[in-house]
Amino acid sequence: MEPGEIHALLGENGAGKSTLMNVLYGLYQPDEGEILVDGRPLKLKGPSDAIAAGIGMVHQHFMLVPVFTVTENIMLGAEQVRGGIAGFLDRRRARRGVAEVSERYNLRVDPDAVIEDLPVGVQQRVEIVKALTRDVDLLILDEPTAVLTPQETEELLAVMRSLKAAGKSIVFITHKLGEVKAIADRITVIRRGKTVGTASPDASRDELAALMVGRSVRLTVDKSPATPGKPILEVTGLVVDDDRQVRAVDGVDLTVHAGEVLGVAGVQGNGQTELIEAIMGLRPVLAGSVTLDGQPVKGWSTKKVLRAGVGYVPEDRSVDGLVKEFSVAENLVLDIYDRPPFGTGLALKPDAIAKSAQERIEQFDVRTSSAGAPVGTLSGGNQQKVIVARELSRPLKLLIAAQPTRGVDVGSIEFIHSQVIRERDHGTAVLLVSSELDEVIGLADRIAVMYRGRIIGVVGPDTPREEIGLLMAGITPDAVAGGGATASTPGAVTDGPATPAAEGTGSEDEA
Amino acid sequence: MTNPNPPSGSPDKEPATEAQAAQNTLGNTERAESATTPTQPAPDRKPSLGQLFLDNLWAANTFTVTLLSLVLAAIVGAVLMIISDPDVLATYSYITARPSDAINSSWTLVSEAYGNLFKGSVFDPDAVGFQAAMSPISETLTYTAPLVFTGLSVALAFRGGLFNIGAQGQATMGVILAALAGFLLPLPPGLHLLVAVLAGALGGAIWGFIPGILKARTGAHEVINTIMLNYIAVYFLTWLILQRGVQDPNRTDAISRPVDASAQLPRLFGDNLRAHAGILLAILATWAVAWLLNRSTLGFELRAVGANPDAARTAGISVTRTYVLIMVFAGVLAGLGGSNMVLGTTASALTPLVVAQIGFDGILVALLGRVKPWGVALAALLFGALQAGGNRMQSYSGISLELVTVLQALIVIFIAAPALVKAIFQLRAARAARLQTSLAKGW
Repeated sequence: MEPGEIHALLGENGAGKSTLMNVLYGLYQPDEGEILVDGRPLKLKGPSDAIAAGIGMVHQHFMLVPVFTVTENIMLGAEQVRGGIAGFLDRRRARRGVAEVSERYNLRVDPDAVIEDLPVGVQQRVEIVKALTRDVDLLILDEPTAVLTPQETEELLAVMRSLKAAGKSIVFITHKLGEVKAIADRITVIRRGKTVGTASPDASRDELAALMVGRSVRLTVDKSPATPGKPILEVTGLVVDDDRQVRAVDGVDLTVHAGEVLGVAGVQGNGQTELIEAIMGLRPVLAGSVTLDGQPVKGWSTKKVLRAGVGYVPEDRSVDGLVKEFSVAENLVLDIYDRPPFGTGLALKPDAIAKSAQERIEQFDVRTSSAGAPVGTLSGGNQQKVIVARELSRPLKLLIAAQPTRGVDVGSIEFIHSQVIRERDHGTAVLLVSSELDEVIGLADRIAVMYRGRIIGVVGPDTPREEIGLLMAGITPDAVAGGGATASTPGAVTDGPATPAAEGTGSEDEA
Repeated sequence: MTNPNPPSGSPDKEPATEAQAAQNTLGNTERAESATTPTQPAPDRKPSLGQLFLDNLWAANTFTVTLLSLVLAAIVGAVLMIISDPDVLATYSYITARPSDAINSSWTLVSEAYGNLFKGSVFDPDAVGFQAAMSPISETLTYTAPLVFTGLSVALAFRGGLFNIGAQGQATMGVILAALAGFLLPLPPGLHLLVAVLAGALGGAIWGFIPGILKARTGAHEVINTIMLNYIAVYFLTWLILQRGVQDPNRTDAISRPVDASAQLPRLFGDNLRAHAGILLAILATWAVAWLLNRSTLGFELRAVGANPDAARTAGISVTRTYVLIMVFAGVLAGLGGSNMVLGTTASALTPLVVAQIGFDGILVALLGRVKPWGVALAALLFGALQAGGNRMQSYSGISLELVTVLQALIVIFIAAPALVKAIFQLRAARAARLQTSLAKGW
C-alpha cells in the first residue's frame, strides 16, 4: 500500500477477503507470514494494536450502539476522562473532536443524533469518522456498498476521494466490479485465499470476473424468449404491515403469467420481503387480494399455499429456509414430509426419504459428505442448492425465489439460474425478487421496480440499467423529464434524489 | 473406533454407549471412584485397537463426560460426608501426628456409605432368599418409574423448543384426577385401573394445554406460566384434600380416601416387594416417545419447530399448533408420572406432598439423559437407584438422605458444564462442540 492510494480487494464470497482484513485489524491471528507497516514487521494481538499502528476498519455490519449518540459511539473504546480517579466522561471534548474531524474531511454528521434514527448511509459515515478520530493512516472498508443505494454509493465514493486527497490509504473490499473500476488505483484479486492477480482499473469487467472465479463466466443467462400463458398469480391492491406495524406494502398490483419470469427489483427493505410473505400466507393481508390460478388464497395457511403448487425459496436461507441441525435428507422433505411416499398417516418413512435424498443430491449436484450430514455443515452455495432442489422436486405452478443466489459462489449461481429458467420453460410462473440488478436483468422477462411499498414501474429487461437504477431510488422517468411529481412517488422530486433514497435504505433495518 | 457417525441431527445415536454408562455407574458409585480406568481390551495382539479405544475413551465424548461427572460428584460427596461427621473430622486435628487415623476413619465412613448406597439400590451380597435379593432392585424400579415419565415430559418439550418447568404441576393434576377416579368411580377391576390411569393423563394434559395455548395464541412465555401453574396445582390439591367426599372420613389430618384396590397397578414380584407395573408403562412410554420423535410426522414437525421455528413455519408447519401439541403431550407424560405416585405402591391416598419432587427431578433427569428418550430412561434409573440406596445409606450409615439430593445436583452441574469436567480431567477437545450444542443452549 502506498500512502494516498485506494486499493481494491476483489474476490468472490468466501475467497478470504474479509479474513485477510480481519488479520490486518488484529481480530484473527495469522498462522504464517507477517505484516509490514512502514517496513517494520508488526505483531497484532488485537484491534487496539492495529489502531495504535494506524489501521482503522469499517466493518460490513456496523459496530455501533443504536441507542447511543454519534459522539458517544465515536468515543466508545477511547473515552476521554477528566477529574482524575472520578473518571467523568469528557463529552464536550469528544464532541469537539467529532465536529473537527467531520469538518476536516467534509463528512457531515450531527454529533448529537442518535444512531438508530440515522439512515444506513449516514451510519456508515459515522463509522468512518470514528476510524478517522483514531488518527488512522490506513482505512479498511469491508463491502461498504452492499447496503447502499446507487446514490449513497456515489456519495461514499466522493468521501473516499477526499480522504485520498488528504493522504489516507484505503483498502476497499468488494465484489462489485463497477465500483472498483470507478475508484480504485490498483486492484488485487483474491481467489480461495490466494492472490491470483493484480489489475489496473482499466481492465474490462469480463477480465476481472474471469480473474475472480478462475475461468470465464457468462455474466448473462442463456434463455429463449418467454412464451407467457395465462395469469397464474394476480395481486391487486395488496397492503401489508411489517413486524413493527409499519406499512411495508402499500397497494401493490402484480400479475405473473405461466412461463414467464417477473423480476422484482429494488433496494432491500422496500417491501419485497413482506410482499412475498403475504403471498405465502406467512404475514396477514390487510387489504387487497391474492389470486393463485384463479382461486383467491385469502386466509390460506402456508401449507395450503405450498400444496397448491407454489415453490418458495426464502430470502434468508439460514433463518427461513433450512433447519441447520437437520440432515440434508430431512431438509429435502421439510415441506412434504407428511405426504406419500415420505409419510403415511402418522408414520415417517425414513427409507423413502433417504432414497429420494440420494436422487436429489445427484440431480442438483449438492456437494455433501452424505445425505445424513447436518445441512449446517454445507457451504452456502450447497445449502441453497438443497432448498432449490426441495422446491423444484414437486410439480409447480408458481415459483417464488427471493434472493436465490445471495452469498452463493459463482458456479452455483450459474446452476441455480439455469434451473430457474428450466422451470420457466416448463410453463411455471416465476416471481423473482433480488436486490442484485444484474440478476434481475439477466433472468427476468419483465421487471417490476419496487420502491417504498409500491410498484413504481414495470419495464422490459432491455431497459438501460441507469433507468432502472433511478426507479429503484424512487425517481420515475416522468419526474426526471418533466420535473413534475407523480402520484406514486411523493417527495421524490421535491426532496431531490438523495433524500428518498436514504429513507428507502433506512427502512431496511425495519424489514 | 473413531466415530463413524458424524454428529447428525438424528437423536439416539449412541444408546449403546449411554446404556453402558448407566450400567457402569448404576448404583456403582463406589466403584466409580476407581472407574476412571474401566475395563480395557488386552492390548496384546491388536495394540492399535486398544490404543484407539483408550484415545476415544479419553476424548470429551458424551459417555466419558457423563461417567466423569459421576466420579466428580462422588468425590465431592465423600468430602461432604467427612466434614459433616464430627468423629471423623476430629481425627484430622492430629493428622500430622497420625495420618493413618484420619485416612482410615475417612475410608471406613465413605466406603460404608457408598457400599450401603449400592446395597440399597442394586444388590446386597448378604441377602438371603429371593425376596431379600430382589428388594434393592424393586425399590430402585419403584422410584424410577415416575421419574421416567416426568423426565420424558421435560425432554419432549425441550426437543420442541419449549422449557417445561411445569412437570410438577402437571404431575400434581395427574395425581388428583387419577386418585379421584380411583376412589370415586365404582368400576370393575381392569377397567377401573385403565380409567384411573387415563384420568391421570387427562389431568396432566389439561395442565399442559393451558401454557401451550397461551404460548401459541398470545406468545406468553411458557416458563413463567408453567411455574405459576405449579403453584396453582399444589394449592388446589391442598384445598381439595380437605373437601367432603375426598378427605378420609376416619382421619382429621390432610389425607384423602384411599384408592380402590381395583384401580391399583399390579405388583410385579409378589405382594412384599414394591415394584409395580408402572415401570412397564414407563418403558412403553419411552419407546413411544422415541418413536414419536424419530419415526413420526408429528415428531418431525416437533423437532423442526424446536430447532428452527422460522424455517418450520416457512415450510408450512403450523408452529402454534405444534406448540400446543407439545405441551399437551408433555402434560400427558407428567400426568402419567403423577398417577404412578398414587396408583402404584408409593402411596394410595392423596396428601399435600404425594407427588414429592418428581416434576422438578424430571428436569434433572431430562438434562442427565441429554433429552433423548432412552437416555432419559437410564438417567431416571440412576436417580431412582440413588434414592433407593440413599434410604439404606441413611438408616445404616447415618448419612442424611439429603446428601443424595446434593449428589444428584452435583452430577447435573458437572454434566451441564462439560467444559469444567474437561478442564479437570484434561480431556482432549475432540468432540467438544457437540456436547455443548446438546445441552448448553438455553438451559
